[in-house]
Amino acid sequence: MGIIEVDGLVKRYGEHTAVDGVSFSVEPGEIFGILGPNGAGKTTTVECVEGLRARDGGSVSVCGIDPRRDNGELRELLGAQLQESELPEKLKVREAMELYSSFYRRPADWHELIETLSLTDKLDTQFRRLSGGQKQRLSIALALVGDPRVAVLDELTTGLDPQARRDTWDLIEGVRARGVTILLVTHFMEEAERLCDRLAVIDAGRVVAIDTPAGLVSKVDGRQRIRFRPSAPLDHAVLLALPEVRSVERAGSQLVVTGSGDLLLAVTTVLARHQVVAADLRLEQTTLDDAFVALTGRPIDS
Amino acid sequence: MSALARLTKTETTLFFREPVSVFFSLAFPPILLVILGSIPSMRQPDPTLGGLRVIDLYAPIVIAMAIAMFAINGLPQQFATYREKGILRRMRTTPVKPVVLLGAQLLMATALSVFTMLVVLAIGRLAFDVRLPGQPVGYLVAYVLAALAMFAIGLLVASLAPSGKGAGAIGTILFFPILFFAGLWAPRASMPDLLRRISDFTPLGAGVQSLQDALAGQWPQLLHVAVMLGWTIVAGGLAARYFRWE
Repeated sequence: MGIIEVDGLVKRYGEHTAVDGVSFSVEPGEIFGILGPNGAGKTTTVECVEGLRARDGGSVSVCGIDPRRDNGELRELLGAQLQESELPEKLKVREAMELYSSFYRRPADWHELIETLSLTDKLDTQFRRLSGGQKQRLSIALALVGDPRVAVLDELTTGLDPQARRDTWDLIEGVRARGVTILLVTHFMEEAERLCDRLAVIDAGRVVAIDTPAGLVSKVDGRQRIRFRPSAPLDHAVLLALPEVRSVERAGSQLVVTGSGDLLLAVTTVLARHQVVAADLRLEQTTLDDAFVALTGRPIDS
Repeated sequence: MSALARLTKTETTLFFREPVSVFFSLAFPPILLVILGSIPSMRQPDPTLGGLRVIDLYAPIVIAMAIAMFAINGLPQQFATYREKGILRRMRTTPVKPVVLLGAQLLMATALSVFTMLVVLAIGRLAFDVRLPGQPVGYLVAYVLAALAMFAIGLLVASLAPSGKGAGAIGTILFFPILFFAGLWAPRASMPDLLRRISDFTPLGAGVQSLQDALAGQWPQLLHVAVMLGWTIVAGGLAARYFRWE
């Protein structure tokens, strides 16, 4: 029995079915990702988990509680970080932490949270004067101040610069290390690959696949790509004759060879036999991006 | 500190960080009384007013105006802006209950407007020799009933307004008729009968008359008490019915 159980979840907005039979189960201590393009129904799904939206069908259970029948108990156990949610402009960081910890029966030590999130020197800064990254970190602190067992983080790193994004990822791993189960909504492949133990890929309101990031990639066949600049002209047929090679393409001065199996060894052996040196050689593995395209038929940001 | 106490404290702190609203809510009513009191004719006993001076009539009107400033200018705009920016939505993910949220706003508004009332009474008494209430308990009852009725209307505006700006606009539209019938431009005593009759059924018309009655040493009239309670129940009920987090 998972700490979050979603079974056959349906949510409609008028004629439009935003979530169409989504099911997944999150184990305690896991970082579980929901990955999909904008408008796929990710946020609606987690809003039903948080109890912010009433579902039209299916069942949801978080820590054994149905969010729709919650009388306040779930809100003690679940911390939520929402997209596009602000604080009063002139509220100081310290005041926000004091205020939000007063809402919970057993709050976490907010000083420690602020320390972990490197906001200690911003305690007396008003919300409107914080940078995007600082606001985002404060938002995470507020989601964790109730010492939750489950944290739902929606588009956590959107709008952050690459460095702030990496810092936030480290932080989330730290949170998980404290035993918090994390449900993470994202449309960043890199984030999903780096953080998530398992992922549900959602497209047009349906779950397309659930697996580990590596599992998703391997499902898409073990396609590999080799790029190199040959030192002398080479007949493509020589390479295409190899059982490992599926295609050979010319890209400027480079050759791009795709195939599977022990592709690299097969290609370099043939090159050596023809006394061709492969300069700038690169081996490209299938990525989660490729897996996403294979699963949904289009890239995530289209 | 409990959530209610902490929220009230935080909201009050935030209130004092907005100089414009502090001025209009706290300083403007006493200043208006001082300006009115500085006009010599305002301090002349008027036989048509039963020997009272115009300034005597204006003290309760200024107090009613202070309530209106909080209730229909401050409160709805604050709430609607909080909703617009997702501040309420974020609170909704925590165990805090909406009634605590509303309660904190009401506590703060009541405390600050009571403060303004005391300042206006003190200035009236010390500077212009306006009598203190002859029936202090009746005065307090009238004050609380008028404040409750106005806060309920303010919360209803907050629940219905689509945005912070919308709430500000609705507030301004309501502000003038409500204060007109409270007697800001022409005190109730000098209103034609029909206008005064209409005024009896408005929250601050009833409120101002009750304050004046208590000032003169009498209890508020049953009609006015019923009018104020009626507004509180109807507007407050509708506000709770239409309250939206987002």
